[in-house]
Amino acid sequence: MRNAENLTNVKSDKPETGVKGRKTAGLILLSITLFIYIIVFAFNRFLFFSSFQYFIHIFWRLFYIILIVFLFIFLTNLFLKPKFVAKYIGSESGIKGWIIAIVSGIISMGSIYLWYPLLRELRGKGMRKGLIATFLYNRAVKVILLPLMVYYFGWLFTLCLTLYTIVFSFFLGVIMDKIS
Amino acid sequence: MEKFITKRSVWEAGRKTFRSFLEILPIFLSILLLISLYVTVIPKSFYSKIFTKNPIIDSILGAVFGSISTGNPVTSYIIGGELLKAGISLIAVIAFILSWVTVGIIQLPAECYFLGKRFGIVRNILSFVFAVAISILMVLTLKLL
Repeated sequence: MRNAENLTNVKSDKPETGVKGRKTAGLILLSITLFIYIIVFAFNRFLFFSSFQYFIHIFWRLFYIILIVFLFIFLTNLFLKPKFVAKYIGSESGIKGWIIAIVSGIISMGSIYLWYPLLRELRGKGMRKGLIATFLYNRAVKVILLPLMVYYFGWLFTLCLTLYTIVFSFFLGVIMDKIS
Repeated sequence: MEKFITKRSVWEAGRKTFRSFLEILPIFLSILLLISLYVTVIPKSFYSKIFTKNPIIDSILGAVFGSISTGNPVTSYIIGGELLKAGISLIAVIAFILSWVTVGIIQLPAECYFLGKRFGIVRNILSFVFAVAISILMVLTLKLL
């Protein structure tokens, strides 16, 4: 019974707009962005070409991560069923869910926005909003970048900041769950 | 997890993923184009000019500029390190590097689009407040240790 209630809640908690509305919103945002670029081109061609060159650079740098994210989405669509999600990252997940959100947030790579589509898929299957917020917050902890942080700020600073980030990610998740 | 994968389920999953890709593509392109423009317009030296050397105001300023900035976290460490050398308070630098990753004003339209308006706005506001709170706690902790 509780399961059924939770799944109903998941449906109603989805972003308000439908698929058609979301597609239109995406195209509107792209149109506005292209319009800004046209204005930049008209007034400052150097800025236009520099920005566009940077765009090509980050697009290729992120391309393989985009492919990995879509592979994850494909696997999620293929294997993950609401029952499974409920057990590990859904309403019944308990401490397991927090650990999964924290660890996966820390080890996830690439820019934050690359993960939104996958998180939406998981949300649609029952992932808690609090765990999504915790996952996103823990992206501030980057294991591979820790040596660099130690180099700039020292090990004590790095250790304290990492611990505070993890603890506060949990608080954020709890608050997001409560106000959802 | 399902034990058996049928041709139909693979086809369905592939179709759903491809539709998601087509839906997501304009958003990705927009965000990447906006970030490219922002990074090109705002030079790294800009950040050292905005702080007042007042710890409280600087922590909020640090969080504000970290929130509207974007890019690889490495860049925030480099800028943070340079700001410290320039005499900017540690509290401001912590708020800056933390909000750089946890708050995303440029990415906010995408976050609202995928995860819901309410989720995106509330999460970013809370992350902003937490960045300021952690920066204060960090300075107090480092003083004690």
